[in-house]
Amino acid sequence: MGKDLDRGRFILTDLLRLSDSGLYCEAGDFYIDPWQPVDRAVITHAHGDHARSGSRAYLASQEGDLLLRARVGSADTLFQMVTYGEVVMMNGVRVSLHPAGHIRGSAQVRVEHGGEVWVVSGDYKRESDPTCTPFEVVRCDTFISESTFGLPIYRWPPSADVFSAINTWWRANQDAGKASIIYGYALGKAQRLLMGVDPSIGPIFTHGAVERLNREYREGGVPLPATTYAGSVTGRADWSKALIVAPPSAHATPWMRKFGTVSTGFASGWMRIRGARRQRSVDRGFVLSDHVDWPSLLQTISETGAQRVWVTHGYTSIVSRWLTEHGIESRVIETRFAGETEESLANDGSDSNDAGELGTPA
Amino acid sequence: MKAFAALYAALDETTKTNEKVEALTRYFAVAMPDDAAWALFFLSGRSLKRLISAPKLRSWAVQAAGLPDWLFDESYDAVGDTAETIALLLPPSGAVSDVPLHTWIEQRIVPLRTLTEDDQRVALLAAWSELDGQQRFVFNKLITGSFRVGVSQLLLIRALAAVSKIHNEVIAHRLMGTWEPTPAFYAQLIAQETSDADLSRPYPFFLAYPLEEAAAPFGALSDWQVEWKWDGIRSQIIQRSGQSAIWSRGEELITERFPELLDMAQHLPAGTVIDGEILPWQNGEVMTFAQLQRRINLKKLGKKILSEVPIIFMAYDLLEWAGVDWREQPLDARRAQLSALVDTLSDPRLLLSPIVESDSWEALAIRRDEGHERHVEGLMVKRRTSPYRVGRQRGDWWKWKVNPFTIDAVLIYAQRGTGKRASLYTDYTFGVWDGDKLVPFAKAYSGLSDAEIRQVDNFVRHNTVEKFGPVRTVKAELVFELAFEGIQRSTRHKSGIAVRFPRILRWRSDKPIAEADSLETIRALLPPEKV
Repeated sequence: MGKDLDRGRFILTDLLRLSDSGLYCEAGDFYIDPWQPVDRAVITHAHGDHARSGSRAYLASQEGDLLLRARVGSADTLFQMVTYGEVVMMNGVRVSLHPAGHIRGSAQVRVEHGGEVWVVSGDYKRESDPTCTPFEVVRCDTFISESTFGLPIYRWPPSADVFSAINTWWRANQDAGKASIIYGYALGKAQRLLMGVDPSIGPIFTHGAVERLNREYREGGVPLPATTYAGSVTGRADWSKALIVAPPSAHATPWMRKFGTVSTGFASGWMRIRGARRQRSVDRGFVLSDHVDWPSLLQTISETGAQRVWVTHGYTSIVSRWLTEHGIESRVIETRFAGETEESLANDGSDSNDAGELGTPA
Repeated sequence: MKAFAALYAALDETTKTNEKVEALTRYFAVAMPDDAAWALFFLSGRSLKRLISAPKLRSWAVQAAGLPDWLFDESYDAVGDTAETIALLLPPSGAVSDVPLHTWIEQRIVPLRTLTEDDQRVALLAAWSELDGQQRFVFNKLITGSFRVGVSQLLLIRALAAVSKIHNEVIAHRLMGTWEPTPAFYAQLIAQETSDADLSRPYPFFLAYPLEEAAAPFGALSDWQVEWKWDGIRSQIIQRSGQSAIWSRGEELITERFPELLDMAQHLPAGTVIDGEILPWQNGEVMTFAQLQRRINLKKLGKKILSEVPIIFMAYDLLEWAGVDWREQPLDARRAQLSALVDTLSDPRLLLSPIVESDSWEALAIRRDEGHERHVEGLMVKRRTSPYRVGRQRGDWWKWKVNPFTIDAVLIYAQRGTGKRASLYTDYTFGVWDGDKLVPFAKAYSGLSDAEIRQVDNFVRHNTVEKFGPVRTVKAELVFELAFEGIQRSTRHKSGIAVRFPRILRWRSDKPIAEADSLETIRALLPPEKV
């Protein structure tokens, strides 16, 4: 199975195929996470590389309603939000969304037609996360899976251990008179961090990008701890007891200066590798990811019962080769999701400007 | 070795020197002398000779992890470090031991050398199963002889001084030279009373600060002593009680490599220590560093090389005289005594570094530029009243280097970096024009900002023309200005030219590739051919 972008050689009976705009279902005439404006788009989750503006109509999960509307669409856009498991018919194709556990509102897309079931995983993880509905295994014939961390070196520690380490680091920083700044994607990771740390340790502040999304999470019923927008604090303040949650793009920018002496940490699966930790020049790396690690990826594939697996979004050829060597028909499909590459972490899906202001997104 | 692995993690986690010193101090404050001695051994950059080769380690790890070779290779490609890759891939361990560092080293690691390969494998698998991730990583580093941590000798000294309440400079002196990592050595290192100094122990070298280009130096020219900055091996020659020793700046005992200097040293009066530069010298002139390089690594010196590359010692300071430490004396006094010594000895292998006379700083700046032709690195500027200090300190000794050569070259190949850059393409090969083709000219990896590194990495990923294993050939598009210190002919390089210390100065996004330099223009920089 080659890893070249393969648009022409699809078997005509393939329920989903790769087109110029992304995954397309010919029978149902809709796209999944298209990277160009289309007529009908089914969206797995609201991260910028999956949810793009300009399409006429969007289908997405009810759980992620507010988050998606904030990101795509204009006054004329049609939104159809469905609950997990609810079936929508599109030209005779049964389409339903199922929890992916990646971030709030994230979904796998189940497509059924002519006796075949295909599932597009979107981005997903298996670990429990109080900000969203956990991943639900969906049996299928063909599974299209992400592979962001598709190498056996990526094995996550239990998140309880990671949060314990973050708490310990925060306390130690307080003893040393340093503010603690922890970086994570503004959408999803930041809220997961807020739900995982111990708020009794000290006051929690947020960068504008994070606080804006916190509002939407709270409106959706997620019980985030009390947070204060950092920009609302004027004049001199003592930040030395504080935890400040910010997107990675805020690191080493003028925004950081007001906090005085700080210790910085970065919550990301990439922190598993020493080289990645040192490249970022943060003090601490916390191995916390919203994607599956290698063991969970393989376990999930096995649980779906799929005999065909298309691999996208990450270490595609490696995962594909492993699957093939283990008797599962597999191929790579190159999508244009920047996904979580090291450099895309700078474009972390937030709408913030560098000053970290609260404002409304453009 | 939990505490030692935790120390490594703490040192690795911070870039701030104060925090590193704190972590070191915390460790040494409670460590037993047996462990402390070994910790010091490794932290100061010394290593056990490689006990298990990385390929063997790799193949046993692959078995233990139950993975195919290709998958290990891909993992290594992402991590950039064998020890870490193995530590990450091995299945989680069961019960984790906390055996002290010295026990691990003396009973589990050093004896590996004597075991058969099968027994080595068994021992390793057992060790891995007893260690958690962080300890495994350190263990792997120790047995492959590749343990390195970002801690300079200076920080170690500060920590030990804090723990022992002894002055930094005394600790620095006690750490010089060779020593065995025994509890006795460690005890003596931090002891209040000094026992008899090791006869061959050198003094810590005094190092110069670089002089920034535009900075107007230092007031009256007459306050300063100006010499050439020699391009050889900085060393101390010691003669005490009839025993001679030659120490390099890198703290290697190199006496055997320079028999002519050893012979000269035997004629020095007892209780003499001089600081200077080992230089290749012929017909009253210094030869190129490349010539010295021919001698450096040879253990056996045949007649041919001895006559082709004769060696002298260019002395520029006197640290001990008649068994007395002279470092507190002002430079003028030390030089006067050194000059007298050189005259009296009257040995052609011992020369006194001449003073570069001039009547103005501007004139000196011009003389500095003679550096390339004279095979020196520039000028040294030393305050005449200054004592001989320890390490790199600002104020009294300055190095004023010649400008490097610069050329514009095109990025043609890229490879992943190692260690902290293992996930990015940061190992660059640059080419210059040879007719209408670009030929590889130099490799460099330093000089770009983090943001630029990411941009170039992105370019590499999207503009790969071909892959040869880990090396990617990229579309010839990006032009960079490179700097290098020296240039010479080489039969080992495709371009026929080798350069010294190439690094990136700037990304020339304003230049099209047609404007990059050609081999022809670069050849003009070469020194004239020797007949």
